Amino acid sequence: MNKVKTASQIVSELRDGMTVGIGGWGPRRKPMALIREILRSDLKDLTIVSYGGADVGMLCAAGKVKKLIFAFVSLDFIPLEPYFRIARQQGELELMEIDEGMLLLGLRAAAWGSPFIPTQVGLGTDVIKNNPDLKVINSPYDDKEWVAMPALKLDAALVHVDRADERGVCRISAPDHHMDDWFVRAAKKSYVSCDEIVDSHHFNSPEVARQVFWERSLTSAVCHIPGGAHPTSCAPFYGIDNKHFLRYNKSAKEGGFTEYSDTFINGKTEQDYQALLGGIDAIKQIPQTTY
Amino acid sequence: MTSTQYSLAELMICAAAKAFVNDGEVLATGIGVIPRLAASLCMSTSNPDLMMTDSEAYLLSEPNPIGPRDDDFVQQNETWMGFSRIFDNVWSQKRHAMIGPTQIDKYGQSNISALGADYDKPKVQMLGVRGLPGNSISHANSFFVPSHNKRVFVEGECDVVCSIGYNPARLPKGYQLDDIDIRLVITDICVMDWQGPNHQLRLVSLHPGVSVEEVIEKTGFAIHIDNDTPTTAAPTHEQLAIIAKFDPHNLRAKQLKDNPPGVRETAKTEGDK
Repeated sequence: MNKVKTASQIVSELRDGMTVGIGGWGPRRKPMALIREILRSDLKDLTIVSYGGADVGMLCAAGKVKKLIFAFVSLDFIPLEPYFRIARQQGELELMEIDEGMLLLGLRAAAWGSPFIPTQVGLGTDVIKNNPDLKVINSPYDDKEWVAMPALKLDAALVHVDRADERGVCRISAPDHHMDDWFVRAAKKSYVSCDEIVDSHHFNSPEVARQVFWERSLTSAVCHIPGGAHPTSCAPFYGIDNKHFLRYNKSAKEGGFTEYSDTFINGKTEQDYQALLGGIDAIKQIPQTTY
Repeated sequence: MTSTQYSLAELMICAAAKAFVNDGEVLATGIGVIPRLAASLCMSTSNPDLMMTDSEAYLLSEPNPIGPRDDDFVQQNETWMGFSRIFDNVWSQKRHAMIGPTQIDKYGQSNISALGADYDKPKVQMLGVRGLPGNSISHANSFFVPSHNKRVFVEGECDVVCSIGYNPARLPKGYQLDDIDIRLVITDICVMDWQGPNHQLRLVSLHPGVSVEEVIEKTGFAIHIDNDTPTTAAPTHEQLAIIAKFDPHNLRAKQLKDNPPGVRETAKTEGDK
């Protein structure tokens, strides 16, 4: 089965009002080329589930987000995401703000077909107060109360991997695959962008096979976009583009998102975008971060 | 032998390292340069059983120095420790985190999410609750405060209560206040803990040259003060050498405004009178 599609084909399968999960973590391994394609589309009223970075900031700035389900939004070395911040301070977003572990449990509940997973996480905090839909229940087995973290069922998951074959076998060789496997398992459809399309023999060695975190039956489509995670990182090919994030962050104070989008996204192809950055070769020169 | 030449950052690192001394075999997570160096110092001296990560995806047998490292540096990996596994560790309770919240209230509740009275339209949006709800109900937590003032130690409750504290009104069914485990608070003027009456914030030690009055003045709620408050112990030469080893680029010098000395000038002046 050949699942290879273009970014625009993938985005054309999304609908207004969908709940979309985005893989990666903060400034690491985000499917940014797919996000840029959404920004160029007419899609609106999305519910976004994310360990948020610029993916959330850009979608907020472009008015694509109706509701955000999140634990944080951050660019790491720039702690506060500028456009998420603006959207929140203007009171624009409907929110489900939960602990980052609760988000994982919600994805797992969806993946396992369970309506909720009980957890102590959130008790005693404003997570309960600010999410009136979040139920606190009695346990049939002890005398404590528990948060019933509901399943976060996704209509679609968008993730970026370093390598995939055309049948949807996906490899993440970065140090952390984050929660991408759970996003994929929680979703009706999973769309994967990859830096390299490889032959299926690529996965044969046990070491490589251990870096495949879900079965290909869960991958709906694969899109080949070298550099597709930029400006976030995709090890082993390129690190976080701090310089670009500074440029992005600055745009929030000078010119706004329209200026950033007109320069890099609006009316541009991915090739145009990369040409503005010196091309894919320049992207591949960006070193990995040392923590 | 203690040193007389040390920065306030170094004093705080040594004071903060004490938080982990009696932890045994737990994951010590210090968020930020000073807390991370504190955990590194403790792991390489008084509590070698501690565990630390590379702040990305591996658990280490020895802490990594902060910042760029030589090409021949071999990271002492022990096991994979990606984010999903961090939660397994958090919920197993075998962890002690030290973070720097934007607000801390008299109950030990903290806030890194947003500031302002209107949650739907905050005055200042920050990170979000991140992992604080889970950390606070699962394992030990300490706080690091680079600038001790009333904006941090707020008068009422935090604007967004991200972590559970010693607040009877918010105590979940089936829980005791003693189930919550908040340890040390290390600030730029003192060390405190939550072992006053009914878990009131208590002054443990004053940094050299700081008065009890200054701490009271800069804290937005009443704290417990014992009759005699000792001075925070000065770093030893050995501790300073270890800190320098783990911070070869001297990032600790950039953590506090103007990198003040550990022994304040004003204190010296008063002492001379």
